[in-house]
Amino acid sequence: MPDLLYRPWPWYVTGPLVGLVATGLLVIGNKQLGVSSNFRHLCAAAWPRNVSFFKYDWTRSGLWNLVFAGGIVVGGFIGGVLLASPDSVAITARAHADLARLGVHDFTGLVPGQLFHWGALLTLKGWLLIVGGGFLIGFGTAYAGGCTSGHGITGLADLQLPSLIAVVAFFAAGALASHFLLPLLLTG
Amino acid sequence: MNGVTTTAPVTPVARARERLLPAYFLAGVLFGIVLTKGELASWFRIQEALRFDGAYLYLVFASALAVAIPLFAALERRRVRSLEGEPIVIPPKALGRGRRYVIGGGIFGLGWGVTGACPGPLFALLGAGVWVIPVMILSALAGTWVYGYLRPTLPH
Repeated sequence: MPDLLYRPWPWYVTGPLVGLVATGLLVIGNKQLGVSSNFRHLCAAAWPRNVSFFKYDWTRSGLWNLVFAGGIVVGGFIGGVLLASPDSVAITARAHADLARLGVHDFTGLVPGQLFHWGALLTLKGWLLIVGGGFLIGFGTAYAGGCTSGHGITGLADLQLPSLIAVVAFFAAGALASHFLLPLLLTG
Repeated sequence: MNGVTTTAPVTPVARARERLLPAYFLAGVLFGIVLTKGELASWFRIQEALRFDGAYLYLVFASALAVAIPLFAALERRRVRSLEGEPIVIPPKALGRGRRYVIGGGIFGLGWGVTGACPGPLFALLGAGVWVIPVMILSALAGTWVYGYLRPTLPH
């Protein structure tokens, strides 16, 4: 039984819970699940300058979401540290072989330690991955007005065409990046 | 708090908003646990999906939508009010010429494909103690800020 707490959850537990969190936010206060808006709220709070995109009352429209994001950090500690699975993520044998071929040798934890560590920031490739990748995430989600949660869950669950377009675009670009950019960053 | 004089009128909705902040926090905690225990914050799981080596992520999305689509529809159709007292309405996103969704989604996808992380998992990984994540979040903030700055010049 204690073992059950540490085991990773199957898709049929994870997926429905994601749907229930999105529904719960609507029930609490008519709020739409969407995490990337927090980047905008943080910019508006910290350094709006004279940029119209950041000139709005973030305490009114964004405070709930920043509190929600703070909760995600705590939940990440609970699920990723306190209840961390002792085993490597059980990806398919095909995925394992595929990533090993690209040079991934450490399969423990949530992210590969060989890519996500401080020393990586001292190499050009590590810098491109962490800083360049982070920049694209922030720029792209603001441009598209949503991310995997805002468009992928909330928008699709409400059957909105703009969200479907965004989801197709980021899955297609994600597959391209994983197939053609990632090998460049991993090898050599 | 009755009887407290304030400079601005405090509406019932505003008061409910503050009272319900702990509920949003708890929803966030649950979402953070789901992202980590459900391995959506796992770089390996995202790569497995984007390299078409496994169905896990697609099954998660499909089952999440199978739950959320009928629940969203029922809440809106029955004009249910939220705990804050407002009617539950999801505002439609403007399609326009649709370019922002293709270009913006594509740029986000490139970042997602190499880092294996999207905004929700970034916050979860911060809590999970991955120490370069603050750098990635700061980079994402820089990206959002530059978008805001360039927005008037970009096609939407």
